[in-house]
Amino acid sequence: MTKINGAEIILESLRREGVEVVFGYPGGANLPLYDALKKYPDIRHILVRHEQSAAHAADAYARVTGKAGVCWATSGPGATNLVTGIANAWMDSVPLVCITGAVVSWLLGRDGFQESDITGITIPITKHNVLVLNVEDIAPAIAEAFHIATTGRPGPVLIDIPRDLQQQVAEFEYPEKIELAGYQPTTQGHPQQIKKAAQLIAEAEKPLILAGHGVVIARAAEELREVAEKTDIPVITTLLGIGGFPGSHELNMGMPGMHGMYWNNMAIQDADLLIAIGMRFDDRVTGALKDFAPHAKVVHIDIDPAEISKNVKAAVPIVGDVKNVLQQLIPQLKPAKHTAWRRWIADVRAKHPSITIPETDKLIPQYVIKKIYELSGPDAWYATGVGQHQMWAAQYFWGDHPYSFVTSGGLGTMGFEVPAAIGVQVARPHDTVWSFCGDGGFQMTLQELALCTEYELPVKFAIINNNYLGMVRQWQDLYYGGNKESVRMFQPDFVKLAESMGITGVRVSDKALVASTIEAALQHPGAVVIDFQVEDIENCYPMMPPGASLSDTIDQPKVQEPEFAR
Amino acid sequence: MTTRLHTIVAMVENRPGVLNKIASKWRQRGFNIESLTVGPSETAGLSRMTFTVDGAAHDIEQVTKQLYKIIEVVKISDITAEAAVARELALIKVSASKENRSAIVEIVDIFRANIIDVGTDSMVVEVTGTEDKVDAIVAMLKPYGLKELVRTGRVAMVRGSAATVSAPTENGAYHRYRSAGEGKAKVGTLI
Ligand SMILES: Cc1ncc(C[n+]2csc(CCOP(=O)(O)OP(=O)(O)O)c2C)c(N)n1
Ligand SMILES: [Mg+2]
Repeated sequence: MTKINGAEIILESLRREGVEVVFGYPGGANLPLYDALKKYPDIRHILVRHEQSAAHAADAYARVTGKAGVCWATSGPGATNLVTGIANAWMDSVPLVCITGAVVSWLLGRDGFQESDITGITIPITKHNVLVLNVEDIAPAIAEAFHIATTGRPGPVLIDIPRDLQQQVAEFEYPEKIELAGYQPTTQGHPQQIKKAAQLIAEAEKPLILAGHGVVIARAAEELREVAEKTDIPVITTLLGIGGFPGSHELNMGMPGMHGMYWNNMAIQDADLLIAIGMRFDDRVTGALKDFAPHAKVVHIDIDPAEISKNVKAAVPIVGDVKNVLQQLIPQLKPAKHTAWRRWIADVRAKHPSITIPETDKLIPQYVIKKIYELSGPDAWYATGVGQHQMWAAQYFWGDHPYSFVTSGGLGTMGFEVPAAIGVQVARPHDTVWSFCGDGGFQMTLQELALCTEYELPVKFAIINNNYLGMVRQWQDLYYGGNKESVRMFQPDFVKLAESMGITGVRVSDKALVASTIEAALQHPGAVVIDFQVEDIENCYPMMPPGASLSDTIDQPKVQEPEFAR
Repeated sequence: MTTRLHTIVAMVENRPGVLNKIASKWRQRGFNIESLTVGPSETAGLSRMTFTVDGAAHDIEQVTKQLYKIIEVVKISDITAEAAVARELALIKVSASKENRSAIVEIVDIFRANIIDVGTDSMVVEVTGTEDKVDAIVAMLKPYGLKELVRTGRVAMVRGSAATVSAPTENGAYHRYRSAGEGKAKVGTLI
């Protein structure tokens, strides 16, 4: 058997894993990898402008394809620049394989040039990480990384490989099968528990389904739809559950929680059964836990046993892969009608419509977002930043195209919008990809615009430009006596900036031009940056005040807003 | 919420970084580890850890579940509620003069401890037992002047023939990587 060097072992391993794209950035500690890249023409390398973006783009790529995203960086600053992106993938359970070059092995622990203890740093934000110390261990470490990242509850895995190991040679031997005694995720639901769940569902009069990212990750939209239709149970999708259930479906209720639909928050407080599917009762969903869903029993389906009864006690926990568990559950469900309960919700909804766009000639952000959805056709993809525009994008998303809404949920990472949209476009080169950008978030990662020109990625960037760090400004107005401190900043000319990157830029401040500009952007073969100059002071509602309970949700601020301590 | 001291036993891969990963989970949730012992187990390649941690049952259960998610943690179990034997070992260096040496020996005998070193003005006492027993002898010896004290922390084992924690093995060994356990940086040959 011929021997190849460690760098080639890495690339050969990636090829075995079916990796087509790597987002990365070079440096001293991963130069052997770059040296070997030419020999592997089927692995496409996308050179980002900042390693954070490599992780975000790989993260979005993974969400869209369902495969692990791959990114790599050099040691020291390259590795630490990945950290935010890794944390983002960790919080949202996204399969990511990160390969960092480390300083040569004899300098480990001696503060060599560009040494950072990246395995130490990333312990709390990786599903697994490992510092490889023998060239023979590279292939098994990579095989394990893909296995661990993509199975069970997915998550990021980091492999740190000293540069000298990338240059040493060894025979390439790739493990056929990975078996880890300490890692055996339960994928099938326990039949007894499934039976109990079916029983509770049959008895419930006011049941709700809370569908989370697990439905999307497990690609279980079809199964979820079957469950909902058979039992006539309304489906609430969390921020990351959006797209796991068709938007136009009569049982789709939209998002719950801090900026969720008013009717959902009220329904949760009134429900007698919550069927939580692949969701983890995040505080943005539950509000104050002590007041959460006081009348409801909980059936909790999740692949991660550590999520069971972590925040909300489950009467019937079912550990398993959401898709499998729902398939097991469906035959046990009795067809039902929940007419009275659905009418109750519809009544709340009629009185509190939550997302009505005010009649105005002014250019308001909700209008822009809604128009983009309307005009982009059923198969477009969407990435968002974090803040008001993200919440509006989530509120107004009622699309049917599954898994098409890519957003940073758990970590709430501003700057995600630009590299994430790029990752989506790389995964879906022929589809329309929109990036809903905050003017603040956009400025965190806008250097990546250059990639759209370099790699011909026709992303449509819609900057929802309220000239504010809008969500922070909203909190300052509501809870800090209107003290708008450090939320307005000098803005570059986004149109010129786009042009300097080889991208078409347009500015829109007139409502009448919104639709035609969106149409033109959709027709345009290349990337476009549209600077939508929206109203600056527009608050995002409904809103459950921080620290309050779902019952305290304010649909629209007709009354004086109460002050709540954080 | 009522808290109590929990005894948690884990079988973990004997590899660099594992202790760090485990400690990180306790730290993130604000727990203070009261005692921790690590050593080889009956299976080559696996170490056995015993922790004692003070906390409410629900919180401890949460962390234990999180610990089980660490890939290198092969098995973990909270044996607080089980019938188990638990011991710790202590070495106590106590000041001893000609005049009081026999009084100290008497205390050591009562506790069935051993004197394992004698110097001109000190002795080293070795004692094994429950924490209570160790506390008691330490209290008895204190008036003579404690020069040094070291305690291993609790080790524990469930009574009877059932294993406290069992891990799958191959010929009594557990190896993940071909070179597992070597774990040392080799001196490189290429610069
Ligand atoms: C990296 C990062 N830093 C800070 C925050 C806190 N934060 C949350 S929303 C927000 C404002 C976002 O402003 P912008 O991108 O303009 O979006 P808008 O809310 O105006 O739509 C800030 C600063 C964050 N989420 N992420
Ligand atoms: Mg803004």
